[in-house]
Amino acid sequence: MKFPARLISVCETVGLTWFVPLIRLVAGEEPRAQFVALGRMVGLPLLGFALFLALWALLAGSVKTSIGSVPGPTQVWRQAVGLVHEHRAERERERDFYAKQAEQKVRYEKAFPGKAWQERKYSGAPTYLDQILTSLETVFAGFVIASLIAVPIGILCGLSKGFYNAVNPFVQIFRPVSPLAWLPIVMILVSALYAPKDPLFPKSFISSAITVALCSLWPTLINTAIGVGSIDNDHLNVARVLRLPLGTRIRKIVLPSALPYIFTGLRLSLGVGWMVLIAAEMLAQNPGLGKFVWDMFQNGSSQTLALIMVAVFTIGVIGFALDRLMLMAQQLVSYDGAGAAR
Amino acid sequence: MAFLELHGVSKGFGAGASRTSVLRNIDLSIAEGEFVAIVGFSGSGKTTLVNLIAGLTSPDAGTLQLDGQPITGPGPDRGIVFQTYALLPWLTVYENIALAVDSLFPEWPEEKRRGHIEKHIAMVNLTPARDKLPRQLSGGMRQRVSVARALAMDPQILLLDEPLSALDALTRGTLQGEIERIWQADKKTVVLITNDVDEGLLLADRIIPLSPGPGATLGPAIPVALPRPRDRKALNHDPEFKRLRASVTTWLLDAAAATKAKTAFAARPLPSLLARTARAA
Repeated sequence: MKFPARLISVCETVGLTWFVPLIRLVAGEEPRAQFVALGRMVGLPLLGFALFLALWALLAGSVKTSIGSVPGPTQVWRQAVGLVHEHRAERERERDFYAKQAEQKVRYEKAFPGKAWQERKYSGAPTYLDQILTSLETVFAGFVIASLIAVPIGILCGLSKGFYNAVNPFVQIFRPVSPLAWLPIVMILVSALYAPKDPLFPKSFISSAITVALCSLWPTLINTAIGVGSIDNDHLNVARVLRLPLGTRIRKIVLPSALPYIFTGLRLSLGVGWMVLIAAEMLAQNPGLGKFVWDMFQNGSSQTLALIMVAVFTIGVIGFALDRLMLMAQQLVSYDGAGAAR
Repeated sequence: MAFLELHGVSKGFGAGASRTSVLRNIDLSIAEGEFVAIVGFSGSGKTTLVNLIAGLTSPDAGTLQLDGQPITGPGPDRGIVFQTYALLPWLTVYENIALAVDSLFPEWPEEKRRGHIEKHIAMVNLTPARDKLPRQLSGGMRQRVSVARALAMDPQILLLDEPLSALDALTRGTLQGEIERIWQADKKTVVLITNDVDEGLLLADRIIPLSPGPGATLGPAIPVALPRPRDRKALNHDPEFKRLRASVTTWLLDAAAATKAKTAFAARPLPSLLARTARAA
């Protein structure tokens, strides 16, 4: 019985709770109870989803807009498949381009020995999948910046009441500010301050990432402060009796103790960041999902609505996946028994 | 001058009208190598007394000295076994003790530190559990880790703050035996704070009752001249043991009645003062 128990605890940590009854079923534990659990955890969501699709399909056709009627699920699905095909075709063209260039290079070097061949880059438009990747890179960059700022400040806030009182007004004032208000400021500042000769990252990427960071650092900051502030007094007394220096005290006592809170904050931050990113990309013209939505909107073709809906589902699914990822990380670092698979 | 000296120590909490005096005019002197038990009701300020000796809180009045040096703050020369064990839940048994040993003896070679940690784990019979996390241990095992950590600090004095109060009677009995064994092995100065008169009589050289708060103060010290090692079962029928128990209990009950008569407070629920062993019989 040891094997299924281990597997179940792994599944629970990863957040795949709906696999648990399946594993139990295979292990032969109370089949009836497992079927009921399966019905509740897998059957009901599936039923809900099916109902949603049916309603959507039924009602979509009856709403007329200036660019045709609202697309149903099948049209949206077709557009999604189309986007993937487009991506494959684009990659094919890129491969062809480089293959041809390699041939040209051989011919050139034969014709003009000693002369250097100028390599050229393929300049195709980014496909939908490229845009997803850009969005993910941007949100992670913003998230990393936010965490690097929020965790240390949060720790200071938690350790020192005075520091907390000094910082708190700013947190309360800046926390509710929309990314749309931050972005123009950030773009102007980035233009002024970030002007390297050979930029490693495009300006639009930097602006979007910083905007994401500005909006998403608050949950981490606040949760870290709460986590550090609510350390068990006995644990701090241990540090005092041992006369641990501040660095050791933070590393050995404060951080591990606050880690579950910090990860709750990080999880909320990543969620906020992903939501903010789409708006930031729209305005900053960072080649990601936000720009895709904006371009499709400007485009105004008969497929516009279907393509934007594809984007909506993509954003939703990725947001869900990111949240699960953070939940998993959170359970792995918590010491209070939630993370059984440690 | 005694090893640990407290003179006229007072401590209160709060301010203005809501201020309550917890400890009042405490005088205490303990000789080196002595095992002293301080017994009192719950809420009489026993933990405050430990915190004062540990330096975790400072007194409003009076002086505290350890080995001639005034106590100004917490330090590793006074090893505490906290009532709640205070183990770090993200560290294993070994790591919890290593945190103390590594930070107190950084000049020791790695090998010596490891040996020191292992020795103390073995001393409390936890070698099989050395890589377990506190939440995987029973209450008694956690308490033993806490004792091992305090001893591994190699303190001049060991403060035990109701170390066994959260444990069941059987585990309590076993651990009392272990504490006596360990104390006899290295004769550290020990201050045991407890609400169990029997426990104090079983372990200590001297037992001092603490009157119930507010404004608690120490009663007369009663030397416990019972021969060691003390056998719990035999002690129950020992006339000297019975006499000591009666005198400590009587002093505590009289002090409680006096306090009750003095203060305007309504009835305060008191724990049963019947001896644990007597109740079981």
